[in-house]
Amino acid sequence: MPVSITSSRLIYDALKACDIKIMSALPETWLVHLIRMADEDPDMTLVRLAKEEEGIGISAGAHLAGVNSALLMQNHGFLAAINPIVSLAFLYNIPLLMLISYRGHFGEKDPWQTQGGAMTEPILHAMNIPTWHLNSAADIQRRIKDAQTLALASLHPVAALLHRELMWED
Amino acid sequence: MLRFDALQAIYPELEHRIVVTIMGAVAAELYTIGHRPNFFYLEHAMGLASSMGLGIALSMPQHKVIVLDGDGSLLMNLGTLSTMARYKPGNLVHIVFDNESLLSVGGFPTATATGTDLAGIARASGAPSVMEADTLESLTRGVREALVGDTLTTIVSKVEAIGPKTFHMDLPLLENRFQFKRALEAMKQQNTEHL
Repeated sequence: MPVSITSSRLIYDALKACDIKIMSALPETWLVHLIRMADEDPDMTLVRLAKEEEGIGISAGAHLAGVNSALLMQNHGFLAAINPIVSLAFLYNIPLLMLISYRGHFGEKDPWQTQGGAMTEPILHAMNIPTWHLNSAADIQRRIKDAQTLALASLHPVAALLHRELMWED
Repeated sequence: MLRFDALQAIYPELEHRIVVTIMGAVAAELYTIGHRPNFFYLEHAMGLASSMGLGIALSMPQHKVIVLDGDGSLLMNLGTLSTMARYKPGNLVHIVFDNESLLSVGGFPTATATGTDLAGIARASGAPSVMEADTLESLTRGVREALVGDTLTTIVSKVEAIGPKTFHMDLPLLENRFQFKRALEAMKQQNTEHL
């Protein structure tokens, strides 16, 4: 599976540098290494979800309990979680650090991913969720840290879109 | 059993604990009985009170967390039962008031009115300790046992579909949110001092 282990490691290390203690996730191809790394890390609580919505609740709870968390999801998982992002995170000023694999965009071969790929950025934009694009290894640490900093300062969700150039080695 | 009476009966157990409730009647009734800074009322995002409780329980393993859920909310997020059962935090108590009705929005019957068994779903999801408590005595006993024990406990209580006259609470959502976070911070602090 040509998912980049190198980039996954860089992303994981960046999350560790942000003092992330709880990571919620629902498996998808591009996230396999990240989820495995979280699972193998004794200092990380990995919460495997049934649906992404739950992750918004878990991160809200963690924040109110003073613990930093991150959410790993596919962009379709983000689409599935829109209501709780609005009616929990926005409503209650909850910071969320969402790492979203950007499927269905340029280079996508799976037809079933393409509709979600086309919707992702317009919806993030419409929701006024600050969005960083992660497409080069050199930017990873700085951008993930800056994303978390903004989330915590604004008490608002932020998104880091994980691009094909970073996650997939053809 | 009236939910109001049930809440009143278990209130002494809730008073000093971290409590997360769903919106509507449960929130309004608990608020009326007596608001505490360690109570959080999730006034939307139906179904996620238990996920929030799970997030808090995993973040504060030294403290007990009580979620006050309802049949309508839980039915919107049944996956939460499998996720909670998967991680089984021993400091989490999940109480589900089942009035077989979406009381706050017109009283339409939920699927528990036609046979869906939430305790059965919790058991089949792998929840380690599930009880049905339909009297004040059994509910209070169940909550007390769960709080002294160290096992994720799910309690399903059938209650009558009767709610408060008003859902008004003189507590802005964000005031509740910031107050609650500070209360949790203080509880953590106290706990560190005791250690």
